[in-house]
Amino acid sequence: MIRVEDLVKRYKKADRNAVDGISFEVKAGEFFVLLGPNGAGKTTTISILTTTLGPTGGRATIDGSDIVREASAVRRKVGIIFQRPSLDQNLTAEENVRFHAVLYGLYPYAPTYALMNREYRAQVDELAKLLGIARDIHKPVRTFSGGMRRKLEIMRSLLHDPKVLFLDEPTAGLDVPSRRTLWEHLAEVRRTSGTTIFLTTHYLEEAEEADRICIIDKGRVVSFGTPNEIKRDLVEDYVLVDAAERSELRDELGRLGYITSGGPPYKLQLDGHSVHSMLRSIETPLTVVKTHTPSLEDAYLEIVSRQSE
Amino acid sequence: MSEASAILVLAHRDFVKLLRDRARIVADFSFPLIFIGILGTTLQAGFGDKSDVNLLGFVFTGVLGQTVWQSSAMGLISLLADREQDFSQEIFVSPISRYSIILGKILGESLVALPQALGILAFGFILQIPLSGEQLIRIVLATGVVALFGGAFGVIVLANLGSQRAANQIFPFVMLPQFFLAGIFNPIQNLPLPLDILSKISPMRYAVDLIRDAYYGVTPQRVQLFDASTNLVIMIAMFVAFMVVGTFLFVRAERNR
Repeated sequence: MIRVEDLVKRYKKADRNAVDGISFEVKAGEFFVLLGPNGAGKTTTISILTTTLGPTGGRATIDGSDIVREASAVRRKVGIIFQRPSLDQNLTAEENVRFHAVLYGLYPYAPTYALMNREYRAQVDELAKLLGIARDIHKPVRTFSGGMRRKLEIMRSLLHDPKVLFLDEPTAGLDVPSRRTLWEHLAEVRRTSGTTIFLTTHYLEEAEEADRICIIDKGRVVSFGTPNEIKRDLVEDYVLVDAAERSELRDELGRLGYITSGGPPYKLQLDGHSVHSMLRSIETPLTVVKTHTPSLEDAYLEIVSRQSE
Repeated sequence: MSEASAILVLAHRDFVKLLRDRARIVADFSFPLIFIGILGTTLQAGFGDKSDVNLLGFVFTGVLGQTVWQSSAMGLISLLADREQDFSQEIFVSPISRYSIILGKILGESLVALPQALGILAFGFILQIPLSGEQLIRIVLATGVVALFGGAFGVIVLANLGSQRAANQIFPFVMLPQFFLAGIFNPIQNLPLPLDILSKISPMRYAVDLIRDAYYGVTPQRVQLFDASTNLVIMIAMFVAFMVVGTFLFVRAERNR
């Protein structure tokens, strides 16, 4: 669905590339997350893919359409939720929706809601009910909560049935309940529409549910794969053990060939062994047993710290 | 069809924004009223009454042309404000042509300028500036043309500016000299050559002159410099040039940041 090849972007007057030769692919229907710290190049990448910013080098296609040569076709195929809300605060929720629907050629223009055609009114009424804003749909969006505005934006961006929905840090600045409601809404969207979702975030918990993750830092891809692959590749699985008879334990671990570094407590690399078989083979009575299963956060911190070294 | 709808919805948004912004409506009306009410009246009392020339009418038509033209031009700069408030992203990721976006903005800002023109006409009525039905119709039609032309000038200025702040700093330098070069308050016949050249390349001059022709064209007095057809030909040529070059430069600047 999305193919990115050696994409480069250098802003005017910048002394380094904001995006520095990244390549990846996103399959149709996938929930794809572009993860990275602030300034990693996430928003630049999303801006290039949604055609609002021209690349300096490389190429990218969305559903077969080239982002530079066929920009208009690409725009028709994508929906986007920007990092900062892009609703017009002076307009009502319905006017914002109408604005989008007419810009995308879904309905002909009419100056008021009552004069818009019947299909449009039915669609807006249904969406308003779905969002629980049936009574507020004709109120200015500045009276809405942050979470509600985000949901309205998602609803609006799906009106033209995009093949890919881009979300650029959509939960930044939202409180926890709003964030949760948003994710539930998004999960529902995925279930019902099968739209490919391309999300950028620096919240790790938002990436845990992804089908695949691409981690970028300083404009370069530093890791790519499923959340499990990333964890497995980048962070070690190990068990920490200790005993009252430390010297006895250390000798035994040496005999068994379990590599330890530092300690006590002693760190045993699992290296494909199961924790159970490893512990059964140790005869020295253990006083401490601690298993370490890496989280995505561990993987992420590992990657980012490696990059900054 | 969908491009035409998109142009209309963009224009609609600008007009609705004006109607919901009371402070802007008050500000938009204040300046022209000060110019006509104070400057026009004092000029008339000081010079006009002695020289038998209707200076109040002269300033009235000048300010009408200048206000509509400038309002529409400055309105285009709101595309920069939209960008800073992230709203323009919603417009720029939509599949419509970039020319439609600019045309929609020009039409919208022209609609925004027209109520101001009506306000100025009403003020002229209060000041008892003579205005026949024929003159009124001619002025209303000319005002529409002037507003669209002002919008196109806004595009070429916009294309060369990076931010709203830069626009606020640059605009007075672009506008103020034209106040005098276009002859809003002052006659511009018999200017020294350098000023005459500057005056002839000032787009505002043709906007003001079109309004003057609409007003004085049906009277024995000849205050206008050109007749309507000459002004229209020049304005159409400038409109096309501003639109094509301005849109190209603006879109290029947006994409090649």
